[in-house]
Amino acid sequence: MEHQVVHREAIGAEPLQPATIIARNVNVFYGAKQALFNVDVDVPRNAITAFIGPSGCGKSTFLRCLNRMNDTIPICKVTGKIMLDGQDIYDPDLDVVELRARVGMVFQKPNPFPKSIYENIAYGPRIHGLTRTKKELDELVEQCLEKAGLLKEVHDRMHEPGTGLSGGQQQRLCIARAIATRPDVILMDEPCSALDPIATAKVEELMDELKENYTIIIVTHSMQQAARVSQRTAFFHLGKLVEVGDTRQIFTNPRDKRTQDYITGRFG
Amino acid sequence: MPQQHIVKSYEDELALLDTKIARMGGLAEHNLGQAFDALQRRDPRQAEMAIVADQAIDVLEKDIEEQVIGMIARRQPLADDLRHVMAALKITSDLERIGDLAKNIAKRASAIAELSHPKPVISGLGRMVELALHQLKTVLDAYAERDAERAIEVWRNDQRIDAMYNSLFRELLTYMMEDPRSIGLSTHLLFGAKNLERVGDHTTNIAEIVHYLVRGEPISDDRPKGDDTSSLLVGSND
Repeated sequence: MEHQVVHREAIGAEPLQPATIIARNVNVFYGAKQALFNVDVDVPRNAITAFIGPSGCGKSTFLRCLNRMNDTIPICKVTGKIMLDGQDIYDPDLDVVELRARVGMVFQKPNPFPKSIYENIAYGPRIHGLTRTKKELDELVEQCLEKAGLLKEVHDRMHEPGTGLSGGQQQRLCIARAIATRPDVILMDEPCSALDPIATAKVEELMDELKENYTIIIVTHSMQQAARVSQRTAFFHLGKLVEVGDTRQIFTNPRDKRTQDYITGRFG
Repeated sequence: MPQQHIVKSYEDELALLDTKIARMGGLAEHNLGQAFDALQRRDPRQAEMAIVADQAIDVLEKDIEEQVIGMIARRQPLADDLRHVMAALKITSDLERIGDLAKNIAKRASAIAELSHPKPVISGLGRMVELALHQLKTVLDAYAERDAERAIEVWRNDQRIDAMYNSLFRELLTYMMEDPRSIGLSTHLLFGAKNLERVGDHTTNIAEIVHYLVRGEPISDDRPKGDDTSSLLVGSND
């Protein structure tokens, strides 16, 4: 670890904090079919980690293991260990609802609730009992919209439906909703694939700011996006984690030929 | 050979880049040889040809630069492809400098064509040119074949050029001290030698670039430096 810190500074990168998520020997099965094989990975705190790889490589499956979204699929079985700040997230005694508050998620297609902008944010804190008074809740809603860079754009129509916003605004609303439950980790599954370049840039700028306080994992098909936003990149292929490293190293000098072939567009 | 890119036109563009670098390297080699030949034979007409020939190198440099900028904008190369286009961009500028140095030798050849040249210096310069050309050819082969070992070999061999330059430097100082009337001629020859030493340095740069291109890492150990003339004083005894 010491060595890694020195190396990152030597190449002009900021030193990474210790891992907040530690996955060991993770295997995932959908019925008889194995989707992930022995995945070991450390995800550093307050940094952006990108998961890349061709469709069906297991990157989204692995992402969904991190907040136990796979529990909702009856035939899905997960083995191995995933620790979040030292706590085993597959511990049978663990409250999954609480876990999902700590590990928020943003999806490919913006999916605001069919409610007002205000209610989209207020819903989570309310059911988790994070605020005591209406005033506190109002403040929290404003804070989250502010952090998501959306407050200016929506402050005069807080009680209009969230679905009336543009695609990019809806996605930032979903990010605001994710941070409303004060998570430690935000998972993003292709958050910009339905957005135009301007909306994408706004989400990327937002990610940059959010990483000061949150650990972010993004699954993306855009190599350029992974290169732009992340500090760590992990490459998945055929259900295996092939290589994980500093983003700069992965995109200038990957160690594994499969990584190189994928990011340079040589996959047959 | 690595696997081909899915997009064939991308593969073609990368290959074209190498063709252009090879052509440019070939021209630089040829012009340097021709410039020295003009000097040795005291032939102003040949010197003029070597001077004019440099234009083709400059044109190629611009062409490669434009292609690389276009590829960065349109293809966003990554990993070895990124190292490939960056290497081409840097090598092209070293080759252009080598072309300029060859042109400068040709100009000096023209200037001193009327004068009689000291034979030992000319043969010393001849050996230097031979080695510089060999180094340049080897490094261009190393680039074409993505051969990091040969690049290191070139990188190490540069000290031999430096050593030759040192000895010519001392020899020319001696001529100048013995006969002040030879100072004009000797200075031209000294700059000629210095140019060859600089060609060696640019070739060494290319070797470092080739190493980075192939291995993704800079050459790690320190290169022995051979040129100590910058700390040498006229009249000192060492």
